[in-house]
Amino acid sequence: MVVMQLLLSFFASMLFGIIFNIPPQLLLHSGFVGMSGWTVYMLTVRSGVDSVIATFMAAFFVAFLSNAFARRYRAPATIFIVPGILPLVPGGTAFEAMRHVVINDYNAAIPLAVKAFMISGAIAMGLIFSEVVNQLVKRRH
Amino acid sequence: MTERIDEVMEICLLAGKLMLESGGETYRVEDTMTRIAASFGMSRSHGYVTPTAIIFSIEGTDSTRLIRISDRSTDLAKVAVVNDISRRISRGELTLEEARKELEEVRRAPMSYPLWQQTAAAALASACFASLIGGGMVHFFPSLFSGGVAFWCFEMVHRFVKIRFFAEFFAAFVAGGLVLLMVQAGFGGDIGKMIIGSVLPLVPGLAITNAVRDLMAGHLIAGLSRGAEAFLTAFAIGTGIAFVLSIR
Repeated sequence: MVVMQLLLSFFASMLFGIIFNIPPQLLLHSGFVGMSGWTVYMLTVRSGVDSVIATFMAAFFVAFLSNAFARRYRAPATIFIVPGILPLVPGGTAFEAMRHVVINDYNAAIPLAVKAFMISGAIAMGLIFSEVVNQLVKRRH
Repeated sequence: MTERIDEVMEICLLAGKLMLESGGETYRVEDTMTRIAASFGMSRSHGYVTPTAIIFSIEGTDSTRLIRISDRSTDLAKVAVVNDISRRISRGELTLEEARKELEEVRRAPMSYPLWQQTAAAALASACFASLIGGGMVHFFPSLFSGGVAFWCFEMVHRFVKIRFFAEFFAAFVAGGLVLLMVQAGFGGDIGKMIIGSVLPLVPGLAITNAVRDLMAGHLIAGLSRGAEAFLTAFAIGTGIAFVLSIR
């Protein structure tokens, strides 16, 4: 089951890389970044951490790894970040919110929408924090 | 001297244009143009880049130029190649003429993956992701179908109707409709998981990433407009799905 999850997240991220036209020789790397991000997310969520925090940690890790790869392979970090964060996008929560909106159940929709918003914010904060780390590393070199 | 300035300017703008059109961050575009100008001896140049236009000026000369960017697509391979060319220019490995030749080649080069490969990738990615969050392979084949068709619809509609948000709305609508039909016919499991998987290739991952990175680099206008782009796309996808759910 765990192996299945790893494989699926690896291939999902790698295939997203094709949609975004990333260079063929870096496809495997972007798959690896996506798999690592999803692993961090699953591990934190399963250990009982709230999904907002889990998303933040996963996004941070994705961006951290992407910046490391970017330095190593002299390519823009975006190439690894974009496929890496896609699995973290709060599609499920947003979908549930939308489902309540269309049946006019706004009271149930609002908490879900806020949750989706918070998770999106967590992705952004993860990217920001890791960029800070990246700049500190760069300065030391 | 003026001729040389014009030539340098042209190369800077060509590199900037290629990057911006292929989905590079605006701070990277500014940085690239300034670096190229500096390595050809124009150490003081200023670039101002927004997602829709580039203004570039070299200090101490009369020349300032503006180019408009009307067509934007996602081709991160081109961003990487132009980035590499600019690094080599900075190291002094390329002359003006060589740099121009290489950039022209990049401009003419076709997209790195043909449409059928991208559609296949989108289909497989949808299937993988739906199975990933759905926790079962029962979602795999239905999402493979709806995800692929949705992505293909997006590309086709976008080709004829230049309004991106309509194309996204329509693709999400098709994805939702197909999933509902398949579930009613007895294929697949959870509707939500399959719809999410099918529309994930449309999610504006690049716009979100670029918005955050541009805002951090202090490019407020570019960051905000990319953020607006991401928000509108998400909204279009949501509306498409809501449409399907409400006519069910």
